[in-house]
Amino acid sequence: MMGKFWYKIGPIIVVVIAIFVLWYAAAVGLNTAWAKDKAKRAGVELTTSEIIKDTMSQKKPKLPAPHQVGAEIWKTTVEKKVTSKRSLIYHSSVTLSSTLLGFVMGTSLGIALAVGIVYNRTMDMSVMPWVIASQTIPILAIAPMIIVVLNAVGISGLLPKAVISMYLSFFPVVVGMVKGLRSPDHMQLDQMKTWSASGSQQFWKLRLPSSMPYLFTSLKIAMAAALVGAIIGELPTGAVAGLGARLLAGSYYGQTIQIWSALIMAAALAASLVGIIGMIQAVVLKRMGMVQ
Amino acid sequence: MAQCQSGPSQPHSASGANILTTDPVISAKNLSLTFQTNDGPVHALKDVNLDINKGDFVSFIGPSGCGKTTFLRVMADLEKPTEGEITVNGVSAEEARKARAYGYVFQHAGLYPWRTIGGNIRLPLEIMGTSKSEQDAAVKEVLELVHLDGFEKKFPWQLSGGMQQRASIARALAFHADILLMDEPFGALDEIVRDHLNEQLLELWARTNKTIGFVTHSIPEAVYLSTKIVVMSPRPGRITDVIESTLPKERPLDIRDSPEFIEIAHRVRDGLRAGHEDDV
Repeated sequence: MMGKFWYKIGPIIVVVIAIFVLWYAAAVGLNTAWAKDKAKRAGVELTTSEIIKDTMSQKKPKLPAPHQVGAEIWKTTVEKKVTSKRSLIYHSSVTLSSTLLGFVMGTSLGIALAVGIVYNRTMDMSVMPWVIASQTIPILAIAPMIIVVLNAVGISGLLPKAVISMYLSFFPVVVGMVKGLRSPDHMQLDQMKTWSASGSQQFWKLRLPSSMPYLFTSLKIAMAAALVGAIIGELPTGAVAGLGARLLAGSYYGQTIQIWSALIMAAALAASLVGIIGMIQAVVLKRMGMVQ
Repeated sequence: MAQCQSGPSQPHSASGANILTTDPVISAKNLSLTFQTNDGPVHALKDVNLDINKGDFVSFIGPSGCGKTTFLRVMADLEKPTEGEITVNGVSAEEARKARAYGYVFQHAGLYPWRTIGGNIRLPLEIMGTSKSEQDAAVKEVLELVHLDGFEKKFPWQLSGGMQQRASIARALAFHADILLMDEPFGALDEIVRDHLNEQLLELWARTNKTIGFVTHSIPEAVYLSTKIVVMSPRPGRITDVIESTLPKERPLDIRDSPEFIEIAHRVRDGLRAGHEDDV
Protein backbone atom coordinates (compact mmCIF):
# COMPACT_ATOMS: atom_id res chain seq x y z
CA MET A 1 0.00 0.00 0.00
CA MET A 2 2.70 2.41 1.11
CA GLY A 3 4.88 1.35 -1.84
CA LYS A 4 2.11 2.07 -4.32
CA PHE A 5 1.52 5.47 -2.74
CA TRP A 6 5.17 6.45 -3.13
CA TYR A 7 5.22 5.02 -6.62
CA LYS A 8 2.54 7.51 -7.58
CA ILE A 9 3.51 10.49 -5.44
CA GLY A 10 7.30 10.06 -5.45
CA PRO A 11 7.99 11.41 -8.94
CA ILE A 12 5.72 14.41 -8.34
CA ILE A 13 7.55 15.28 -5.12
CA VAL A 14 10.93 14.99 -6.84
CA VAL A 15 9.81 17.37 -9.60
CA VAL A 16 8.38 19.86 -7.08
CA ILE A 17 11.64 19.81 -5.08
CA ALA A 18 13.64 20.33 -8.27
CA ILE A 19 11.46 23.32 -9.20
CA PHE A 20 11.98 24.90 -5.75
CA VAL A 21 15.73 24.36 -5.88
CA LEU A 22 15.95 25.95 -9.34
CA TRP A 23 13.63 28.77 -8.28
CA TYR A 24 15.73 29.63 -5.20
CA ALA A 25 18.95 29.43 -7.24
CA ALA A 26 17.47 31.72 -9.90
CA ALA A 27 16.22 34.15 -7.23
CA VAL A 28 19.70 34.36 -5.72
CA GLY A 29 21.30 34.79 -9.14
CA LEU A 30 18.90 37.47 -10.41
CA ASN A 31 18.63 39.50 -7.20
CA THR A 32 22.35 39.59 -6.25
CA ALA A 33 23.06 42.63 -8.42
CA TRP A 34 20.48 44.75 -6.59
CA ALA A 35 21.67 43.51 -3.17
CA LYS A 36 25.27 44.48 -4.01
CA ASP A 37 24.10 47.83 -5.44
CA LYS A 38 22.26 48.67 -2.23
CA ALA A 39 25.24 47.68 -0.09
CA LYS A 40 27.64 49.76 -2.21
CA ARG A 41 25.48 52.88 -1.86
CA ALA A 42 25.23 52.31 1.88
CA GLY A 43 28.99 51.83 1.95
CA VAL A 44 28.96 48.41 3.56
CA GLU A 45 30.67 45.21 2.60
CA LEU A 46 28.41 42.10 2.54
CA THR A 47 29.46 38.50 3.06
CA THR A 48 28.13 35.85 0.70
CA SER A 49 25.63 34.57 3.27
CA GLU A 50 24.40 38.11 3.87
CA ILE A 51 23.95 38.61 0.12
CA ILE A 52 21.97 35.38 -0.18
CA LYS A 53 19.84 36.41 2.77
CA ASP A 54 19.17 39.78 1.16
CA THR A 55 18.23 38.30 -2.24
CA MET A 56 15.39 36.46 -0.57
CA SER A 57 13.87 39.35 1.33
CA GLN A 58 13.88 42.27 -1.10
CA LYS A 59 10.75 44.39 -1.43
CA LYS A 60 10.75 44.50 -5.23
CA PRO A 61 12.98 41.64 -6.31
CA LYS A 62 13.51 40.77 -9.96
CA LEU A 63 12.42 37.26 -9.03
CA PRO A 64 10.74 36.79 -5.65
CA ALA A 65 11.68 33.68 -3.70
CA PRO A 66 8.98 31.01 -3.26
CA HIS A 67 8.49 31.75 0.44
CA GLN A 68 7.89 35.44 -0.34
CA VAL A 69 5.19 34.52 -2.86
CA GLY A 70 3.77 32.01 -0.39
CA ALA A 71 3.61 34.62 2.34
CA GLU A 72 1.96 37.12 -0.01
CA ILE A 73 -0.66 34.56 -1.06
CA TRP A 74 -1.31 33.71 2.60
CA LYS A 75 -1.66 37.37 3.46
CA THR A 76 -4.03 38.12 0.56
CA THR A 77 -6.21 35.06 0.90
CA VAL A 78 -6.43 33.89 4.51
CA GLU A 79 -5.76 37.15 6.31
CA LYS A 80 -7.85 39.44 4.09
CA LYS A 81 -11.63 39.55 4.06
CA VAL A 82 -13.07 38.10 0.86
CA THR A 83 -14.84 41.39 0.11
CA SER A 84 -11.61 43.39 0.28
CA LYS A 85 -10.15 44.78 -2.96
CA ARG A 86 -6.82 43.38 -1.84
CA SER A 87 -8.11 39.86 -1.43
CA LEU A 88 -6.81 37.43 -4.03
CA ILE A 89 -9.89 35.32 -3.46
CA TYR A 90 -12.03 38.27 -4.51
CA HIS A 91 -9.94 38.80 -7.66
CA SER A 92 -9.91 35.08 -8.43
CA SER A 93 -13.68 34.90 -8.14
CA VAL A 94 -14.03 37.82 -10.60
CA THR A 95 -11.81 36.01 -13.09
CA LEU A 96 -13.50 32.68 -12.37
CA SER A 97 -16.98 34.01 -13.14
CA SER A 98 -16.04 35.33 -16.57
CA THR A 99 -13.98 32.17 -17.24
CA LEU A 100 -16.95 29.93 -16.49
CA LEU A 101 -19.42 32.06 -18.46
CA GLY A 102 -17.03 32.21 -21.41
CA PHE A 103 -16.38 28.48 -21.15
CA VAL A 104 -20.08 27.65 -21.23
CA MET A 105 -20.64 30.02 -24.16
CA GLY A 106 -17.58 28.73 -26.01
CA THR A 107 -18.50 25.09 -25.45
CA SER A 108 -22.07 25.67 -26.66
CA LEU A 109 -20.86 27.56 -29.72
CA GLY A 110 -18.21 24.92 -30.41
CA ILE A 111 -20.67 22.01 -30.21
CA ALA A 112 -23.23 23.86 -32.33
CA LEU A 113 -20.66 24.61 -35.03
CA ALA A 114 -19.35 21.03 -34.94
CA VAL A 115 -22.87 19.61 -35.41
CA GLY A 116 -23.38 22.01 -38.30
CA ILE A 117 -20.08 21.08 -39.89
CA VAL A 118 -20.76 17.34 -39.60
CA TYR A 119 -24.35 17.47 -40.86
CA ASN A 120 -24.19 20.26 -43.41
CA ARG A 121 -21.89 20.09 -46.40
CA THR A 122 -22.00 23.81 -47.04
CA MET A 123 -20.96 24.51 -43.46
CA ASP A 124 -18.26 21.86 -43.72
CA MET A 125 -16.77 23.66 -46.71
CA SER A 126 -17.24 27.22 -45.45
CA VAL A 127 -16.99 27.39 -41.67
CA MET A 128 -13.82 25.47 -40.83
CA PRO A 129 -11.39 27.84 -42.62
CA TRP A 130 -12.90 30.78 -40.69
CA VAL A 131 -12.69 28.91 -37.42
CA ILE A 132 -8.99 28.32 -38.01
CA ALA A 133 -8.44 31.90 -39.23
CA SER A 134 -10.07 33.23 -36.06
CA GLN A 135 -7.32 31.63 -34.01
CA THR A 136 -4.48 33.08 -36.05
CA ILE A 137 -5.37 36.63 -34.95
CA PRO A 138 -3.44 37.51 -31.79
CA ILE A 139 -5.98 37.64 -28.98
CA LEU A 140 -4.05 40.48 -27.37
CA ALA A 141 -4.83 42.62 -30.44
CA ILE A 142 -8.49 41.78 -30.70
CA ALA A 143 -9.36 41.82 -26.99
CA PRO A 144 -9.44 45.66 -26.62
CA MET A 145 -11.58 45.88 -29.77
CA ILE A 146 -14.14 43.51 -28.32
CA ILE A 147 -14.23 45.49 -25.06
CA VAL A 148 -14.55 48.82 -26.90
CA VAL A 149 -17.17 47.63 -29.39
CA LEU A 150 -19.32 45.95 -26.75
CA ASN A 151 -19.00 49.01 -24.51
CA ALA A 152 -20.20 51.19 -27.38
CA VAL A 153 -23.41 49.17 -27.59
CA GLY A 154 -23.86 49.43 -23.86
CA ILE A 155 -22.53 46.04 -22.79
CA SER A 156 -19.92 46.13 -20.07
CA GLY A 157 -18.83 44.23 -17.01
CA LEU A 158 -18.77 40.44 -17.11
CA LEU A 159 -19.99 39.77 -20.64
CA PRO A 160 -17.21 41.40 -22.73
CA LYS A 161 -14.58 39.42 -20.80
CA ALA A 162 -16.63 36.24 -21.21
CA VAL A 163 -16.80 36.90 -24.95
CA ILE A 164 -13.00 36.91 -25.10
CA SER A 165 -12.94 33.64 -23.14
CA MET A 166 -15.47 32.23 -25.56
CA TYR A 167 -13.37 33.36 -28.52
CA LEU A 168 -10.46 31.28 -27.27
CA SER A 169 -12.38 28.31 -25.90
CA PHE A 170 -14.77 27.44 -28.73
CA PHE A 171 -11.92 26.43 -31.03
CA PRO A 172 -10.71 23.24 -29.33
CA VAL A 173 -14.34 22.19 -28.87
CA VAL A 174 -15.12 22.60 -32.59
CA VAL A 175 -12.05 20.67 -33.65
CA GLY A 176 -12.53 17.90 -31.06
CA MET A 177 -16.24 17.50 -31.61
CA VAL A 178 -15.99 17.42 -35.41
CA LYS A 179 -13.54 14.57 -35.01
CA GLY A 180 -15.64 12.93 -32.30
CA LEU A 181 -18.94 13.14 -34.19
CA ARG A 182 -17.18 11.68 -37.22
CA SER A 183 -15.56 8.86 -35.24
CA PRO A 184 -18.27 6.23 -35.98
CA ASP A 185 -16.97 4.10 -38.85
CA HIS A 186 -18.69 3.08 -42.09
CA MET A 187 -19.88 -0.16 -40.60
CA GLN A 188 -21.62 1.55 -37.70
CA LEU A 189 -23.33 4.00 -40.06
CA ASP A 190 -24.37 1.16 -42.40
CA GLN A 191 -25.72 -0.68 -39.40
CA MET A 192 -27.88 2.32 -38.51
CA LYS A 193 -29.10 2.34 -42.11
CA THR A 194 -30.16 -1.32 -41.94
CA TRP A 195 -32.42 -0.32 -39.04
CA SER A 196 -33.73 2.67 -41.05
CA ALA A 197 -32.68 4.99 -38.25
CA SER A 198 -33.55 8.66 -38.70
CA GLY A 199 -30.91 11.39 -38.72
CA SER A 200 -31.68 12.42 -35.17
CA GLN A 201 -31.60 8.82 -33.92
CA GLN A 202 -28.23 8.41 -35.58
CA PHE A 203 -27.04 11.54 -33.78
CA TRP A 204 -28.36 10.79 -30.29
CA LYS A 205 -27.70 7.05 -30.24
CA LEU A 206 -24.44 6.80 -32.17
CA ARG A 207 -22.58 10.01 -33.00
CA LEU A 208 -23.01 11.86 -29.71
CA PRO A 209 -22.06 8.96 -27.40
CA SER A 210 -19.10 8.12 -29.67
CA SER A 211 -17.83 11.69 -29.35
CA MET A 212 -17.71 11.76 -25.53
CA PRO A 213 -13.99 10.93 -25.08
CA TYR A 214 -13.15 13.62 -27.66
CA LEU A 215 -15.47 16.12 -25.96
CA PHE A 216 -13.81 15.80 -22.57
CA THR A 217 -10.31 16.17 -24.00
CA SER A 218 -11.47 19.33 -25.79
CA LEU A 219 -13.17 20.68 -22.67
CA LYS A 220 -9.92 20.50 -20.70
CA ILE A 221 -8.09 22.58 -23.31
CA ALA A 222 -11.09 24.91 -23.64
CA MET A 223 -11.18 25.53 -19.89
CA ALA A 224 -7.52 26.51 -19.78
CA ALA A 225 -8.02 28.73 -22.84
CA ALA A 226 -11.09 30.36 -21.24
CA LEU A 227 -9.03 31.31 -18.18
CA VAL A 228 -6.33 32.87 -20.36
CA GLY A 229 -9.07 34.74 -22.23
CA ALA A 230 -10.58 36.05 -19.02
CA ILE A 231 -7.21 37.31 -17.76
CA ILE A 232 -6.46 39.00 -21.08
CA GLY A 233 -9.95 40.51 -21.06
CA GLU A 234 -9.20 42.13 -17.72
CA LEU A 235 -6.11 43.95 -18.98
CA PRO A 236 -7.77 46.64 -21.16
CA THR A 237 -10.60 47.32 -18.71
CA GLY A 238 -8.39 49.62 -16.68
CA ALA A 239 -7.31 47.02 -14.16
CA VAL A 240 -10.40 47.23 -11.99
CA ALA A 241 -10.69 43.69 -10.70
CA GLY A 242 -9.60 40.16 -11.46
CA LEU A 243 -6.31 38.31 -11.63
CA GLY A 244 -5.48 40.11 -14.89
CA ALA A 245 -5.95 43.43 -13.12
CA ARG A 246 -3.62 42.28 -10.34
CA LEU A 247 -1.00 41.36 -12.92
CA LEU A 248 -1.30 44.71 -14.66
CA ALA A 249 -1.30 46.74 -11.44
CA GLY A 250 1.67 44.75 -10.22
CA SER A 251 3.66 45.52 -13.33
CA TYR A 252 2.78 49.26 -13.19
CA TYR A 253 4.27 49.54 -9.74
CA GLY A 254 7.00 46.91 -10.06
CA GLN A 255 5.27 44.77 -7.46
CA THR A 256 6.86 41.53 -8.59
CA ILE A 257 5.67 39.61 -5.53
CA GLN A 258 2.09 40.62 -6.33
CA ILE A 259 2.54 39.55 -9.97
CA TRP A 260 3.92 36.16 -9.02
CA SER A 261 1.25 35.48 -6.45
CA ALA A 262 -1.44 36.33 -9.03
CA LEU A 263 0.31 34.05 -11.51
CA ILE A 264 0.46 31.17 -9.04
CA MET A 265 -3.19 31.75 -8.16
CA ALA A 266 -4.16 31.65 -11.87
CA ALA A 267 -2.19 28.44 -12.34
CA ALA A 268 -3.86 26.86 -9.30
CA LEU A 269 -7.26 27.95 -10.58
CA ALA A 270 -6.61 26.45 -14.01
CA ALA A 271 -5.30 23.23 -12.47
CA SER A 272 -8.38 22.80 -10.29
CA LEU A 273 -10.82 23.60 -13.12
CA VAL A 274 -9.13 21.13 -15.47
CA GLY A 275 -8.97 18.64 -12.59
CA ILE A 276 -12.73 18.94 -12.03
CA ILE A 277 -13.37 18.21 -15.72
CA GLY A 278 -11.03 15.25 -15.47
CA MET A 279 -13.05 13.90 -12.54
CA ILE A 280 -16.35 14.35 -14.39
CA GLN A 281 -14.76 12.64 -17.40
CA ALA A 282 -13.70 9.66 -15.32
CA VAL A 283 -17.17 9.27 -13.79
CA VAL A 284 -19.08 9.73 -17.07
CA LEU A 285 -16.86 7.44 -19.15
CA LYS A 286 -16.91 4.81 -16.43
CA ARG A 287 -20.69 4.91 -16.25
CA MET A 288 -20.78 4.67 -20.04
CA GLY A 289 -18.63 1.56 -19.83
CA MET A 290 -15.93 3.21 -21.95
CA VAL A 291 -13.17 2.80 -19.35
CA GLN A 292 -12.28 -0.70 -18.37
CA MET B 1 -33.17 -29.10 -23.67
CA ALA B 2 -36.89 -28.54 -23.65
CA GLN B 3 -36.97 -25.14 -25.26
CA CYS B 4 -40.12 -23.90 -26.88
CA GLN B 5 -40.22 -23.84 -30.65
CA SER B 6 -40.38 -20.25 -31.70
CA GLY B 7 -41.63 -21.34 -35.10
CA PRO B 8 -41.88 -19.31 -38.27
CA SER B 9 -42.11 -15.70 -37.25
CA GLN B 10 -44.51 -14.75 -40.02
CA PRO B 11 -46.87 -12.69 -37.80
CA HIS B 12 -43.90 -10.56 -36.69
CA SER B 13 -42.93 -9.77 -40.26
CA ALA B 14 -42.44 -6.05 -40.55
CA SER B 15 -43.13 -6.12 -44.25
CA GLY B 16 -46.65 -5.70 -45.42
CA ALA B 17 -45.93 -7.51 -48.67
CA ASN B 18 -47.80 -10.74 -49.17
CA ILE B 19 -45.31 -13.56 -49.30
CA LEU B 20 -46.53 -16.54 -51.27
CA THR B 21 -44.54 -19.60 -50.39
CA THR B 22 -43.84 -20.27 -54.05
CA ASP B 23 -42.36 -16.81 -54.70
CA PRO B 24 -38.67 -16.40 -53.97
CA VAL B 25 -37.90 -14.26 -50.92
CA ILE B 26 -34.99 -12.60 -52.71
CA SER B 27 -34.81 -12.43 -56.48
CA ALA B 28 -32.02 -10.86 -58.54
CA LYS B 29 -32.37 -10.40 -62.31
CA ASN B 30 -29.47 -9.34 -64.55
CA LEU B 31 -27.98 -7.47 -61.64
CA SER B 32 -24.86 -5.41 -62.35
CA LEU B 33 -22.97 -2.96 -60.22
CA THR B 34 -20.05 -0.90 -61.46
CA PHE B 35 -18.02 1.31 -59.15
CA GLN B 36 -16.39 4.35 -60.74
CA THR B 37 -12.90 4.68 -59.30
CA ASN B 38 -9.86 6.75 -60.17
CA ASP B 39 -8.39 3.71 -61.92
CA GLY B 40 -11.48 3.38 -64.11
CA PRO B 41 -14.67 1.36 -63.64
CA VAL B 42 -14.65 -1.73 -61.42
CA HIS B 43 -17.28 -4.34 -62.29
CA ALA B 44 -18.18 -5.58 -58.83
CA LEU B 45 -21.18 -7.50 -60.13
CA LYS B 46 -22.02 -8.51 -63.70
CA ASP B 47 -25.32 -10.06 -64.86
CA VAL B 48 -26.12 -11.83 -61.62
CA ASN B 49 -29.30 -13.91 -61.54
CA LEU B 50 -30.40 -15.71 -58.39
CA ASP B 51 -33.55 -16.73 -56.54
CA ILE B 52 -33.52 -17.42 -52.82
CA ASN B 53 -36.53 -19.28 -51.41
CA LYS B 54 -38.06 -19.04 -48.00
CA GLY B 55 -36.11 -20.97 -45.39
CA ASP B 56 -33.02 -21.34 -47.61
CA PHE B 57 -29.56 -21.11 -46.10
CA VAL B 58 -27.53 -19.64 -48.95
CA SER B 59 -23.77 -19.23 -48.77
CA PHE B 60 -21.80 -16.97 -51.08
CA ILE B 61 -18.24 -18.12 -51.55
CA GLY B 62 -15.39 -16.86 -53.68
CA PRO B 63 -12.04 -15.09 -53.57
CA SER B 64 -11.89 -11.47 -52.49
CA GLY B 65 -13.12 -9.08 -55.14
CA CYS B 66 -15.71 -11.54 -56.47
CA GLY B 67 -18.55 -9.32 -55.33
CA LYS B 68 -20.04 -11.62 -52.70
CA THR B 69 -20.15 -8.92 -50.06
CA THR B 70 -21.35 -6.38 -52.62
CA PHE B 71 -24.19 -8.74 -53.59
CA LEU B 72 -25.22 -9.06 -49.95
CA ARG B 73 -25.06 -5.28 -49.55
CA VAL B 74 -27.26 -4.84 -52.63
CA MET B 75 -29.85 -7.14 -51.03
CA ALA B 76 -29.64 -4.97 -47.91
CA ASP B 77 -29.95 -1.74 -49.94
CA LEU B 78 -26.54 -0.60 -48.69
CA GLU B 79 -25.44 -0.40 -52.36
CA LYS B 80 -27.56 0.46 -55.39
CA PRO B 81 -27.22 -1.73 -58.50
CA THR B 82 -26.33 0.16 -61.67
CA GLU B 83 -28.34 -2.27 -63.82
CA GLY B 84 -30.89 -5.00 -63.33
CA GLU B 85 -33.45 -5.57 -60.66
CA ILE B 86 -33.60 -6.97 -57.16
CA THR B 87 -36.68 -7.70 -55.10
CA VAL B 88 -36.80 -8.64 -51.43
CA ASN B 89 -40.11 -9.99 -50.12
CA GLY B 90 -41.61 -9.00 -53.45
CA VAL B 91 -40.72 -5.31 -53.11
CA SER B 92 -37.63 -3.26 -53.93
CA ALA B 93 -34.59 -3.60 -51.67
CA GLU B 94 -35.09 -0.06 -50.40
CA GLU B 95 -38.73 -0.66 -49.44
CA ALA B 96 -37.72 -3.91 -47.78
CA ARG B 97 -35.00 -2.13 -45.78
CA LYS B 98 -37.41 0.56 -44.67
CA ALA B 99 -39.86 -2.16 -43.65
CA ARG B 100 -37.02 -3.71 -41.61
CA ALA B 101 -37.29 -6.97 -43.51
CA TYR B 102 -33.82 -8.24 -42.61
CA GLY B 103 -31.27 -8.35 -39.85
CA TYR B 104 -27.66 -7.73 -40.93
CA VAL B 105 -24.61 -9.15 -39.16
CA PHE B 106 -21.26 -7.56 -40.01
CA GLN B 107 -17.82 -9.13 -39.83
CA HIS B 108 -17.11 -7.26 -36.62
CA ALA B 109 -19.65 -7.42 -33.84
CA GLY B 110 -19.77 -3.61 -33.69
CA LEU B 111 -21.39 -3.55 -30.28
CA TYR B 112 -21.58 -0.09 -28.72
CA PRO B 113 -19.07 -0.06 -25.86
CA TRP B 114 -21.26 2.32 -23.84
CA ARG B 115 -24.21 -0.04 -23.88
CA THR B 116 -24.60 -3.33 -22.05
CA ILE B 117 -25.30 -6.48 -24.08
CA GLY B 118 -28.99 -6.02 -23.31
CA GLY B 119 -28.75 -2.35 -24.24
CA ASN B 120 -27.10 -3.23 -27.55
CA ILE B 121 -29.86 -5.69 -28.42
CA ARG B 122 -32.43 -3.10 -27.41
CA LEU B 123 -30.87 -0.49 -29.74
CA PRO B 124 -32.68 -1.44 -32.99
CA LEU B 125 -35.89 -1.90 -31.00
CA GLU B 126 -35.57 1.60 -29.51
CA ILE B 127 -35.01 2.97 -33.01
CA MET B 128 -38.10 1.15 -34.24
CA GLY B 129 -40.16 2.44 -31.35
CA THR B 130 -40.96 -0.91 -29.77
CA SER B 131 -42.57 -0.69 -26.33
CA LYS B 132 -40.44 -1.29 -23.24
CA SER B 133 -42.15 -4.53 -22.29
CA GLU B 134 -41.81 -5.91 -25.81
CA GLN B 135 -38.12 -4.93 -25.74
CA ASP B 136 -37.62 -6.84 -22.49
CA ALA B 137 -39.32 -9.91 -23.92
CA ALA B 138 -37.33 -9.75 -27.17
CA VAL B 139 -33.98 -9.34 -25.37
CA LYS B 140 -34.71 -12.35 -23.18
CA GLU B 141 -35.83 -14.43 -26.16
CA VAL B 142 -32.86 -13.73 -28.44
CA LEU B 143 -30.26 -14.00 -25.67
CA GLU B 144 -31.58 -17.49 -25.08
CA LEU B 145 -31.42 -18.26 -28.81
CA VAL B 146 -27.69 -17.48 -28.92
CA HIS B 147 -27.05 -19.05 -25.50
CA LEU B 148 -26.09 -15.81 -23.79
CA ASP B 149 -28.73 -15.90 -21.05
CA GLY B 150 -27.48 -14.07 -17.98
CA PHE B 151 -25.16 -11.73 -19.90
CA GLU B 152 -27.73 -8.97 -20.38
CA LYS B 153 -26.09 -6.58 -17.90
CA LYS B 154 -22.48 -7.19 -18.98
CA PHE B 155 -20.57 -4.71 -21.10
CA PRO B 156 -19.14 -5.86 -24.46
CA TRP B 157 -15.52 -5.72 -23.25
CA GLN B 158 -16.37 -8.28 -20.59
CA LEU B 159 -17.17 -10.84 -23.34
CA SER B 160 -14.90 -12.88 -25.63
CA GLY B 161 -14.86 -12.23 -29.38
CA GLY B 162 -17.09 -15.23 -30.08
CA MET B 163 -19.60 -14.16 -27.44
CA GLN B 164 -19.62 -10.62 -28.82
CA GLN B 165 -20.42 -11.95 -32.29
CA ARG B 166 -23.23 -14.06 -30.82
CA ALA B 167 -24.58 -10.91 -29.15
CA SER B 168 -24.47 -9.13 -32.50
CA ILE B 169 -26.44 -12.01 -34.07
CA ALA B 170 -28.93 -11.71 -31.22
CA ARG B 171 -29.25 -8.00 -32.00
CA ALA B 172 -29.98 -8.79 -35.66
CA LEU B 173 -32.65 -11.28 -34.56
CA ALA B 174 -34.25 -8.99 -32.00
CA PHE B 175 -36.80 -7.37 -34.30
CA HIS B 176 -38.00 -10.64 -35.80
CA ALA B 177 -37.05 -10.03 -39.41
CA ASP B 178 -37.53 -13.14 -41.55
CA ILE B 179 -34.26 -12.66 -43.38
CA LEU B 180 -30.82 -12.77 -41.83
CA LEU B 181 -27.91 -11.45 -43.90
CA MET B 182 -24.45 -12.27 -42.56
CA ASP B 183 -21.22 -10.87 -43.99
CA GLU B 184 -18.36 -13.15 -42.91
CA PRO B 185 -19.65 -13.06 -39.34
CA PHE B 186 -17.09 -15.58 -38.06
CA GLY B 187 -14.18 -14.47 -40.25
CA ALA B 188 -12.26 -12.90 -37.39
CA LEU B 189 -12.66 -15.85 -35.02
CA ASP B 190 -10.45 -18.88 -34.52
CA GLU B 191 -11.32 -22.32 -35.93
CA ILE B 192 -12.59 -23.87 -32.69
CA VAL B 193 -14.90 -20.99 -31.82
CA ARG B 194 -16.01 -20.94 -35.43
CA ASP B 195 -17.02 -24.63 -35.43
CA HIS B 196 -18.98 -24.05 -32.28
CA LEU B 197 -20.78 -21.01 -33.66
CA ASN B 198 -21.54 -22.81 -36.94
CA GLU B 199 -23.27 -25.56 -34.97
CA GLN B 200 -25.23 -23.00 -33.00
CA LEU B 201 -26.18 -21.11 -36.14
CA LEU B 202 -27.65 -24.26 -37.70
CA GLU B 203 -29.59 -24.95 -34.53
CA LEU B 204 -30.88 -21.36 -34.54
CA TRP B 205 -31.84 -21.61 -38.20
CA ALA B 206 -33.76 -24.84 -37.56
CA ARG B 207 -35.61 -23.24 -34.66
CA THR B 208 -36.50 -19.96 -36.33
CA ASN B 209 -36.93 -21.07 -39.96
CA LYS B 210 -35.30 -17.85 -41.19
CA THR B 211 -33.96 -17.28 -44.67
CA ILE B 212 -30.21 -16.76 -44.35
CA GLY B 213 -27.69 -15.20 -46.73
CA PHE B 214 -24.15 -15.95 -45.58
CA VAL B 215 -20.89 -14.67 -47.05
CA THR B 216 -17.77 -16.72 -46.34
CA HIS B 217 -14.22 -17.50 -47.47
CA SER B 218 -14.27 -20.99 -46.08
CA ILE B 219 -15.32 -24.02 -48.17
CA PRO B 220 -16.06 -26.32 -45.18
CA GLU B 221 -18.11 -23.60 -43.53
CA ALA B 222 -20.16 -23.02 -46.70
CA VAL B 223 -20.77 -26.74 -47.27
CA TYR B 224 -21.55 -27.46 -43.62
CA LEU B 225 -24.11 -24.67 -43.26
CA SER B 226 -25.87 -24.27 -46.59
CA THR B 227 -28.80 -25.63 -48.48
CA LYS B 228 -27.53 -23.71 -51.48
CA ILE B 229 -23.95 -22.68 -52.24
CA VAL B 230 -23.34 -19.83 -54.65
CA VAL B 231 -19.81 -19.90 -56.07
CA MET B 232 -18.59 -16.57 -57.37
CA SER B 233 -15.50 -15.36 -59.23
CA PRO B 234 -13.88 -11.96 -59.66
CA ARG B 235 -13.29 -9.43 -62.46
CA PRO B 236 -16.12 -9.05 -63.22
CA GLY B 237 -17.89 -10.37 -60.12
CA ARG B 238 -20.27 -13.09 -61.27
CA ILE B 239 -21.87 -16.38 -60.28
CA THR B 240 -20.05 -19.41 -61.72
CA ASP B 241 -21.99 -22.21 -60.03
CA VAL B 242 -25.01 -22.73 -57.79
CA ILE B 243 -24.86 -25.99 -55.84
CA GLU B 244 -27.95 -27.41 -54.15
CA SER B 245 -26.78 -29.31 -51.10
CA THR B 246 -27.88 -32.92 -50.76
CA LEU B 247 -26.95 -33.04 -47.08
CA PRO B 248 -29.79 -33.62 -44.60
CA LYS B 249 -31.07 -30.71 -42.52
CA GLU B 250 -29.81 -32.37 -39.35
CA ARG B 251 -26.02 -31.95 -39.46
CA PRO B 252 -23.70 -33.07 -36.67
CA LEU B 253 -20.14 -31.70 -36.93
CA ASP B 254 -18.76 -35.10 -38.06
CA ILE B 255 -20.90 -34.97 -41.19
CA ARG B 256 -17.84 -33.19 -42.56
CA ASP B 257 -16.09 -36.58 -42.85
CA SER B 258 -18.90 -38.13 -44.92
CA PRO B 259 -18.31 -38.85 -48.62
CA GLU B 260 -21.30 -36.70 -49.53
CA PHE B 261 -19.81 -33.67 -47.77
CA ILE B 262 -16.45 -34.21 -49.40
CA GLU B 263 -18.08 -34.49 -52.81
CA ILE B 264 -19.90 -31.17 -52.42
CA ALA B 265 -16.72 -29.54 -51.14
CA HIS B 266 -14.98 -30.86 -54.25
CA ARG B 267 -17.55 -29.28 -56.52
CA VAL B 268 -17.19 -25.95 -54.73
CA ARG B 269 -13.41 -26.11 -55.08
CA ASP B 270 -13.72 -26.93 -58.79
CA GLY B 271 -16.08 -24.00 -59.24
CA LEU B 272 -13.63 -21.67 -57.50
CA ARG B 273 -10.73 -22.96 -59.60
CA ALA B 274 -12.71 -22.59 -62.85
CA GLY B 275 -13.44 -19.01 -61.90
CA HIS B 276 -9.75 -18.38 -61.34
CA GLU B 277 -8.51 -20.02 -64.55
CA ASP B 278 -9.95 -17.50 -66.96
CA ASP B 279 -8.36 -14.91 -64.73
CA VAL B 280 -4.79 -16.01 -65.45
